[in-house]
Amino acid sequence: MSTIFECTDLTKKFGSKVAVSGVNLKLERGQIVGLLGPNGSGKSTIIKLANELLTPTSGTILIGGKKPGIETKKIVSYLPERTYLNDWMRVHQIIEFFSDFYPDFKPKKAYDMLKSLKIDANDRLKTMSKGTKEKVQLILVMSREAELYLLDEPIGGVDPAARDYILQTILGNYNENATVIISTHLISDIENILDYVVFINQGKVVMTSSVDDIRAEKGKSVDGLFREVFKC
Amino acid sequence: MPWELKSDRPIYTQLIEHIQLSIFSGVYPLGSKLPSGRDMAQEASVNPNTMQKALVKLEEDGLIITHRTSGRSITEDARMLEMAKTKLAQDQISEFLGKMQLMGFDQKEILTIINNMVKEMKK
Repeated sequence: MSTIFECTDLTKKFGSKVAVSGVNLKLERGQIVGLLGPNGSGKSTIIKLANELLTPTSGTILIGGKKPGIETKKIVSYLPERTYLNDWMRVHQIIEFFSDFYPDFKPKKAYDMLKSLKIDANDRLKTMSKGTKEKVQLILVMSREAELYLLDEPIGGVDPAARDYILQTILGNYNENATVIISTHLISDIENILDYVVFINQGKVVMTSSVDDIRAEKGKSVDGLFREVFKC
Repeated sequence: MPWELKSDRPIYTQLIEHIQLSIFSGVYPLGSKLPSGRDMAQEASVNPNTMQKALVKLEEDGLIITHRTSGRSITEDARMLEMAKTKLAQDQISEFLGKMQLMGFDQKEILTIINNMVKEMKK
């Protein structure tokens, strides 16, 4: 196994506010990793740093050994926390757009998933509910054959039944060499599909562990442990 | 059988138990082919690596045989199955006995209760 994601002393400040503070983290390929932390803990900031939407104040972040840039964007499929798609577009237009843009995009996969979730490819984004828009975005992201999927809150806005489908989609579409990093605070919904969890709080990594180790050692679920560690 | 996973124990041990039960109850008959690890993971909504871990353990125990080219199948050895079944029964019973002891029953009382219940069930 080789490293796909590596942070060394990664720090990001916004003015005097420290969002990410000296994070050292190394993730191997072929895993589904949960980036878990309370609101404002720095989850999205780390993911944005990995996508070059932000640049580190100090320290480094490497994707497959390279600094975030054009080359890494070819192998990273990113689901942002907010939609960036033009809402006048119809779903099939967006699919064409993605096919043009990413060589690893598989339109057939996208259409299959749209069908399963009963989304009409002729619908415009702006006529869709928040949850449906989120589903469309996730379908687009998972239809790429990327090496690293960065999913920022992928299940926040969708109903439990669709959540199950989305998790199935993530499981079904990633291959053995791909890595999925999911940031969320909806832990109980996703913990069964995770290999590995990273707890972050106030910009720092407070714990990394495999899910089964947590259960074996502490006799409780990741969700239970999270509630204990981050008790307000 | 639906895959129901509890939150307080490692997932892979629960997967092992589930697959064992599926074998004992004949959902997967002796000698039959198992679905691929990936498909099973998806069916159970768990990580493929976790499912893999469970399957490897079952293979070590001899319940599952891996063929180099054609996936996995259930053992054809009925004796092996009996042994695994007995082992699982022993595990379940010792857990039960532990709980009964916690409640303050001694062995004789436990046996009496069981005997009475078995008689009740026969009626």
